[in-house]
Amino acid sequence: MTVTLRRPAVAGGPGPGHRRVRRRSNVPYLLVVPALVFYAFVVLVPTLTGAGYAFTDWAGRRGTPGFVGLDNFTELFSAPAARSALRNTLIIAVSTTVVQTLIGLALALALHSSLASRNVLRTMFFAPALLPPVIIGFLWQYILTPAGPLNDALGSVGLGGLTQNWLGDASVALASVIAVIIWQNAGLTMVIYLAGLQGVPPELHEAAAIDGAGRWQRLRNVTLPLLAPATTIALSLTLIGSLKLFDQVYVMTNGGPGYATETLSVVMYKEAFVSGRYGYSTAIALVLTMIVFAFALLQLRGLRRYEVRQ
Amino acid sequence: MSAVEVGGTTTAPPRVRHGGRRWTLPRIGAELGMLVVAAVFLFPFYVFLSVALKTPADLARSPLAFPTDPALANFADAWERGDLGTAMVNSVVVAGFSVLMLVAVGSLAAYVLARRGSRLSYGLYLLFLLGLMIPLQLGMVPLYQVMRDLNLLQTYTSLIIFEVGHQLPLAVFLYAGFLRALPKEYEEAARVDGAGPLSAFGRVVFPLLRPVTGTVVILSAINIWNDFLTPLLYVGGSPQQTLPVAIFAFRGEFASQWQIIFAGMGIAILPILVVYFLLQKYVIKGFASGIKG
Repeated sequence: MTVTLRRPAVAGGPGPGHRRVRRRSNVPYLLVVPALVFYAFVVLVPTLTGAGYAFTDWAGRRGTPGFVGLDNFTELFSAPAARSALRNTLIIAVSTTVVQTLIGLALALALHSSLASRNVLRTMFFAPALLPPVIIGFLWQYILTPAGPLNDALGSVGLGGLTQNWLGDASVALASVIAVIIWQNAGLTMVIYLAGLQGVPPELHEAAAIDGAGRWQRLRNVTLPLLAPATTIALSLTLIGSLKLFDQVYVMTNGGPGYATETLSVVMYKEAFVSGRYGYSTAIALVLTMIVFAFALLQLRGLRRYEVRQ
Repeated sequence: MSAVEVGGTTTAPPRVRHGGRRWTLPRIGAELGMLVVAAVFLFPFYVFLSVALKTPADLARSPLAFPTDPALANFADAWERGDLGTAMVNSVVVAGFSVLMLVAVGSLAAYVLARRGSRLSYGLYLLFLLGLMIPLQLGMVPLYQVMRDLNLLQTYTSLIIFEVGHQLPLAVFLYAGFLRALPKEYEEAARVDGAGPLSAFGRVVFPLLRPVTGTVVILSAINIWNDFLTPLLYVGGSPQQTLPVAIFAFRGEFASQWQIIFAGMGIAILPILVVYFLLQKYVIKGFASGIKG
């Protein structure tokens, strides 16, 4: 269809040679339309509509949405479920991002070596990141039950004192959830760092070694600076992903016990599809969106500063 | 960790990377240390497999011991009672059609955005990238309402439309990055020979995109296969439900029969594992380079 649309213009044009040069560098915008239609229908329009509904008491088909100003947000910052979800979401995002990046980096450094088991271990460590979060959630829900495999294993190696009701005790449940997320995704960070390590020329290491740099100095002053792009990717991916966290929490704890593991995504889902409070739920989603954007901007600024220094 | 590297540093360069053939004490320590880390890390997989193979009596006896007499019947049981065959067909249909459309629509869009050097094309590109950040939660309720009003809930169509739109930012990002590095000479030659933009794309450009198409297919197929929240909303409880939704329902139904639940989960992840072990190199490269763009 694009062809027929463009041809008449050329056929009718007086200067064919000149026309042709212009024409071949111009890919018609029409080709972007199908993608734009999908994207607008699924993402852009619903997102903007949602942002508007965040300021209403919309409850679905029943009645028309009434404008309530900032009421939803006032409620969000005072209701125990949403407040604890806000706090947990931030805790999960920061701790997952920091710990997962460190573990991923350590695994990558360990496996970017001549260990006999390196290839098998790379494959194994990355595998959890490919599996459905729902299934990872159920797997760990069983592992973490009071009479489950983890407590049993701890008991059998003489660490019986460490046994916990991992998901049922409000004081450890959030930490358990964070550990599961890190277990699932550490391999992804590892893979990103392994790709980054491929770009670190061994000659630099040798030069530094000849200059008398120790192993730790070479890691700090040669390897890590060259891994900065990988770090940026790993950090932003983990941060955005963990801010939106839903699946694992929903299936493992559904936000409980109490509000101990509630996240913004889970509260939002329950307010929308259990309580039918669409307006309030989109307000929660709007706050989540603002947080994601704030972190992204922060990271972009850090990145700019880093690039300027280079 | 890098003990071996240190051992080889002062010798010729190749020894640094491929050296360490000698079984020195630090090396044995590093190997053993890594095996311990691996054992801890892989413990959940051991639990997964052993529980899926246990009889209820075995499971009650010990959550940890490997079953003496593997109960393969669990898998047949899960397959039948959970109607997992249907769910697997649903997952294949949804992922298959979504990925096909995603590749077609995404590569075309990226072609425009990468080749047009205008302000408009850059703006559109950024608009697509925004989708990598926007949480789907904000548009979730309005889109659900639209799908309901169009009578599309509980159909493949609703899910396929959603997945295409939802995965587009990633596809556009990957394709555009690849296209920018691709020389224009081939397609310009085709255009000079009289090919229209669409046929130049189809015959010349698209075949050159094969590596990045592979990445887009792998990444988006896995994302779609694993997706849970939206499928739960759109097709939950219907005969169209995909595997993660079916497993979720299954867990509710078989409450504490963990051996059946785990067998069902094993069936659900088998296709991913098979693809992963067959195409390991590409999958890992896709995730590592894919995100790098």
